Order: sequence, then structure tokens, then C-alpha cells
Amino acid sequence: MESVNSPTNSAPRKTPLNALHRRLSAKMVNFGGWDMPVEYPSGGGLVAEHKAVRGAVGLFDVSHMGDIRIHSRRTPGGALAAVQHLTMNDASRLAIGQAQYSAMLYPEGTFVDDVIVHRLGQDEFLLVINAGTREKDVNWVRRNTGNFDCTVEDLSDKYTQLAIQGPRAADLLSKLTDTNLNMVKNYWFTHGTVCGLPNILIARTGYTGEDGFEIYIPSHVATSERVWHTVIDAGKEYGILPCGLGARNTLRLEAKMALYEHEISDKINVWEAGLDRYCKMEKGEFIGRAALDEERKAGLMRTLVGLEMVERGIARDGYRCFNESGEAIGVVTSGSPSPTLCKNIALAYVPPTSSAVGTTIYVEIRQQKCKAQVVATPFYKRLKKASAIS
Amino acid sequence: MAYPQQYRYTKEHEWIDVQGDTAKIGITDYAQHELGDVVFVELPSAGAKLEKGKSLGSVESVKAVSDIYTPASGQVVEANSELQNKPETINTDPHGAGWLVKIKLANPAEVNALMDAAAYEAYIAEKKEASA
Repeated sequence: MESVNSPTNSAPRKTPLNALHRRLSAKMVNFGGWDMPVEYPSGGGLVAEHKAVRGAVGLFDVSHMGDIRIHSRRTPGGALAAVQHLTMNDASRLAIGQAQYSAMLYPEGTFVDDVIVHRLGQDEFLLVINAGTREKDVNWVRRNTGNFDCTVEDLSDKYTQLAIQGPRAADLLSKLTDTNLNMVKNYWFTHGTVCGLPNILIARTGYTGEDGFEIYIPSHVATSERVWHTVIDAGKEYGILPCGLGARNTLRLEAKMALYEHEISDKINVWEAGLDRYCKMEKGEFIGRAALDEERKAGLMRTLVGLEMVERGIARDGYRCFNESGEAIGVVTSGSPSPTLCKNIALAYVPPTSSAVGTTIYVEIRQQKCKAQVVATPFYKRLKKASAIS
Repeated sequence: MAYPQQYRYTKEHEWIDVQGDTAKIGITDYAQHELGDVVFVELPSAGAKLEKGKSLGSVESVKAVSDIYTPASGQVVEANSELQNKPETINTDPHGAGWLVKIKLANPAEVNALMDAAAYEAYIAEKKEASA
């Protein structure tokens, strides 16, 4: 059997900004085999970071994310055919400069990983993948593209990826680039000069439920640090904070964005995860499609719901869920206090019969069953500015 | 933050302040710092019997749950009810107003096996070095 996880016994890997995080006295954790900042107590910590992103702007080092470039070799269309085979969304609908949320699936219709597919050119795509699944994903892509006329390159170590997120992100970044960011709509990207560096990929994407950008700069340490400091300096007038993985998690949870090994995994299929709208069955063959077709006919055994705690207590990953008759019906996949809503929220898998909004669910917290209620999701949705609506 | 000389400390980062046959228990400044912003505290009721080394309750930050282990056996006289509405007191005053429970000690001699302030400070200095 081949291992699906990164080795955890070896020394954790470091992004080019690792030394900078330590100089900022960030609290560091091992995340998917990476030594990453979870919060920066000197800036006020997790809750302050979360609020900075919802109210103004925050800066995240997300260089641990992986990047796979797929381009056609001889035949035009080779790269597109490979991406269509590998991912569940319809990449043929992407214009050059556009990106989409998608996923790579196992033949069973469960998740290898979720990805953002960027169309760099007619015959060139960039897949941005998760840190903890990098090796697995790269191997998976290589193994499943052998029959396509394309080249697969792992560019993960070539980039420092910074996420500038929040309602003031565009104001901030526009000070540092010659690119007209108004022309870059949500889930589109462009190339431009950033902090004097030419040809930087600037994508209007993120994992916070807020407007924002992800920029891909050369992974050279001094360059990465210079860009970090320049962004922080330019963001001072808005109250920018460096943000860690802790805030990244609470922000994505409020926005009901999936986290691998939590809401999605090799045991959970697309329908259960509720990601139907990113899965284009009508586009033709892709890995997992046949199983998904069967599973759709068979009907759902469980579905992902949002919970809000009614009684005192915080639901956490792995806690069991019960119905009012006391039967164990499911499990929490992510749970946390919501800094925006000031409520304790969670995502959980429960049977469809217990998934209607308003249904009472009990979450077992340290041997005690605490009352919760199914609520509509996402828990938080930003108000879009008129200019952001396309 | 200074670690009070008269307290005794555990490797799990609880402190205990013995006054005669009763004692207050809390978590250390190091522990609150590691945990981050405390948002939730679960404590036993008055009358509950606590056994040394067993969990007496939990303190939660946004991102984590931390079990609190009983430094010495005894019966709960009072739980700090202020923490229900102001759990952040544990962050701002961990060695004072952020105390968790007051207990009547079953065996005051148990406390002698715990670290004093100097030993505890050396212990956390070692931990900080290991993570740097």
C-alpha cells in the first residue's frame, strides 16, 4: 500500500517565510508536515486576525499550497483533455485568465483533493492543491495523465504564495501593482508587476469567504520577505494584520469552505459533501463519474449540514451527533466559535432525514449531549459590492 | 509574567495555591499563552470529588480544547463562576482572578511532589527552547 499522507516523522518543511514568522514570534504548528504559523500573538492573535480579514485586510503565507502545471506537448487540446479527465468541474468552460473550484476524485467518487484550476493559456493549466496532499496529488496527476499528450510539472517549490484577503485587499494591492484590479473579477486572474517584480500571477481567489487576492511570487527568501513587508506597510492604513492558519480555519468554516480530511476525504463522495454545483456530469468522462452516477441513483446516506450550538459548548471535529431519540446519527467534521457571529458553529455529516433547517441535533461533548440546531449555510456570506457582481 | 513563589506547579501547566487545608487551582501564564484567547470554560460543581491527575474540567480557545488535570485530590468548595461570562480573565490574570476551582485538600502532602516556581520556570524554558 502506498501512503496517502505526507511523512510526519521527518522534520517539518518550511516556507521561504518561516524565519520571518519566527521573528514575528508567531505560534507555530505542524500542519500537514509543514511548520506553519497558527497565529501571531503580537498582533492580537486569532480573533483579531479573523476580524481584520472580515473588516479590513489580512495577509497569509500560504506557500505550503502546491502548484501543478499541465500543458499540451504536441497536440493542441492535450492539456485540456487531461484536466477534464482528472477533475470534476468543466475546464472547457474556462476562458484564459479564469479559474474554477474543482476536485480530483478517486474512481469511487470520493476525494483525492479539492483544487483550483486556472487556465493560463489555451493549452496550459495550473492546479493549486493542498499542502498535506501535495505528493499524493502530484503522483496522482502523473499516474493518470500518461495517456494524454501533456507535460506535468510540479512547481510547488517555485512560488511563495501570499493571500491578501478582506474588503480592503483591492485597495491595498492596487498600490503595489500596475494592474487594474477592477478588471480582475472574482475567480479570474492576470499577470502583472507587483512590488517591482514582473509577470506575477495575481488571482482573485481565497479561502476566507471575503474578497481578496492570491499572488505567486518567486520563492527566493529575501524577495519573499521584501514583498511581505511591502504588503504589510501598504496595509497599515487599513489596519492589516499578518494572519495564521487559525484564522484561516475559522474564516473558511464560517464560509462553509471544505477542508481536506474534514468535510472531504477519500471516504466522502461529492454528493454527500454537497459540492454538486462544481461537478459537471454532463461534460463527459472523468475519474469518479461512473461511481457518482450510481451513487446519485442510490440516494444519499448522509449529507453535510451546518449546526449552531443552542446549549453551552463547542462542537469539535470528531464529536458524535445524536437525534432526539438518542440514536447516534453522525459526526462533526469541523467546529469552532465563530468570531463574526459570536456563536458556536459546526459542520457535520447526518442522514438526510435529520438535515432540515431547524432540526434538533445533540452533539456529545465530553460525555454530555449538548443541544444544537441545523441552520442554513454558509454561516457567513459577504455583501458583494456592485462592482464585484458580474 | 512572574510565577508566584508560594504556588506549586505541574508538568501539565496547572498551578495550586495552598492555604491551610484548602487550595486554589488555575492554569499558568505559559498555558494560557499556548492556548490563545480563552472562549469557554467548563468546571465541576461545588461538592464534586476530584482525584489527583484526573481531568477536572476544560478550558477552550477558539482553536483548541485543553483538559485541566487536578494537581491534588480533594473536594470542590467553589468554582470560579466569573469565568462563565468572562473566560478571557484566564488570559489577562491567569495566576489571580483567572483561578478555576477552590478545593478542600484530601491529602495536603500530595502537593509536596509538585514543582516550585524556580523548577517550573526552568521546565518551561526548556520547552520553549525545544520549540524554537
